[in-house]
Amino acid sequence: MVTTILVVAAVAILGVYVSWRAGRLDRLHNRLDAARAALDAALVRRSSVALEFASSGLLDPATSLLLAGAAHDARSAQNGQELPQSDLTRALRAVFGQPGFRSTLNGRDGAEELLAELEGAAHQVFLARKFYNDAVATTRAARRRPLARVLRLAGSAPLPDFFEIDDSLVGNGEASQGADMPHLTG
Amino acid sequence: MKVGLVCPYTWDVPGGVQEHIRGLAEALLDLGHQVSVISPADDDTPLPDYVVPAGRAVPVPYNGSVARLAFGFLSASRVRRWLKDGGFDVLHVHEPAAPSLSLLACWVADGPIVATVHTAIPRSRAMHAAEGILQSALEKISGRIAVSEAARTTLVEHFGGDAVLIPNGVPVRKFEKADPLPGWPGSGGALGFLGRIDEPRKGLTVMLSAFEILGEQRPGARLLIAGPGDAEEALARLPASLRPRVTVLGQVSEEDKIRVYHSVDVFCAPNTGGESFGYVLAEAMSAGAPIVASDLDAFRRVLRGGRAGELFATGSPAELAAAAGRLLDHPELRADLSAAASAAVRDYDWPVVARDVVRVYEAVVPGVGRVAVAP
Repeated sequence: MVTTILVVAAVAILGVYVSWRAGRLDRLHNRLDAARAALDAALVRRSSVALEFASSGLLDPATSLLLAGAAHDARSAQNGQELPQSDLTRALRAVFGQPGFRSTLNGRDGAEELLAELEGAAHQVFLARKFYNDAVATTRAARRRPLARVLRLAGSAPLPDFFEIDDSLVGNGEASQGADMPHLTG
Repeated sequence: MKVGLVCPYTWDVPGGVQEHIRGLAEALLDLGHQVSVISPADDDTPLPDYVVPAGRAVPVPYNGSVARLAFGFLSASRVRRWLKDGGFDVLHVHEPAAPSLSLLACWVADGPIVATVHTAIPRSRAMHAAEGILQSALEKISGRIAVSEAARTTLVEHFGGDAVLIPNGVPVRKFEKADPLPGWPGSGGALGFLGRIDEPRKGLTVMLSAFEILGEQRPGARLLIAGPGDAEEALARLPASLRPRVTVLGQVSEEDKIRVYHSVDVFCAPNTGGESFGYVLAEAMSAGAPIVASDLDAFRRVLRGGRAGELFATGSPAELAAAAGRLLDHPELRADLSAAASAAVRDYDWPVVARDVVRVYEAVVPGVGRVAVAP
């Protein structure tokens, strides 16, 4: 009798525990989905603003063509494709890295607004990617736990991958001042 | 005539476009014209007298690979200054649709502009996205030249209108005479291959399979391979008995390249595609080498439909082995092909090609005045 009660209690406790773990995994996957959506939106916004900048007439045609190509490739890349996004970052860096680049835009119509928008969009990509990778790391750790693995608590959801791109707008290895925020150099 | 040439790519990096501009500039100088070339170049690069540096080119992702290009307002102002100082009768830009100096030159110049398109590039999405900006610069071009049929097709598709076909020039004189490499060609029959070893379209695998057939039949036959890339993997597939009869030189200097053409009895070009002109063939022809080449459109044209070199079914090692074997057996056939090649390649000799280019200059110059800086 006592044994039966103990077994029933043990099963009940285990059941509650398992369902709590499963619920946690579910919440983590929801957070992951939201972070991914935010990241995708940030990437689309960045490429759109870059494209607008390229066709604004503020740049010389060679720079325009370069930037338009990179922005277009980034915007039309399949979800999860990292290289075109890194290429856009590198193109932006090459454009903004020209000596005296900002001074050539000084006082030009609409230049300030476009630059601010582009800087904001690039910043958004940086943040969204950081938060997404953070969610990936937590989710992966939770799914690696023995219970989650044995009972397949994550169901059929694929193991999330980190999104690794070059999104630093400061030159290679140069630390920006104060915080790890990207800024368009100039 | 005072001619300003614009090179979009770094001067001292090896490349077809740079090679072309160098050949054209020197041929124009020989014809008595005044020539100035503006090109991206590092400040400490030694340059010929006729080249004006436009500053360093920046590596940047473009069309799926990283290219070194010169763009931006700084480059544009260097071009502007060069135009002002030059007082050119005609401005000749190369590869105007690349985001580099040539496009900038079209942007900042007014007056007679000639453009040469070298590569057959599929219409890129970048060009579509920047259409308006490209158009206003490229519309100023009054004479257009394509170096190959493929380049002309691309040009017409991209920008409409038409272009004159003027093939690449070859410095024939430079290739005409050279000593063979020590020990070559020997008496057992020597075959030659030249091209990137790791680029499948250059056809090294076809060459090696053909040599497998030919080497079995002819115990003295040898194969000389030159070109950048690692040949180990390709050679590993050859039977061990044949391997000592294959010599791999790897990347060779310009001088040794010329000697390679003079070191073989039969030069083979087993390319399987991707050739728009056949520069290697033209060089081999200049050296008077008897040639066996794939039956590609570009090769057939350069080899006068087979009169200046044997053609074989593209990608067939058996046919290559048969054609090369026939030539090895018949010295008189080789002598005929060699003479025909030397004669045919005259059409691509730089002085001849440069004269055709000057005709295009003369056609666009009347009535437009000199090249000026756009307001």
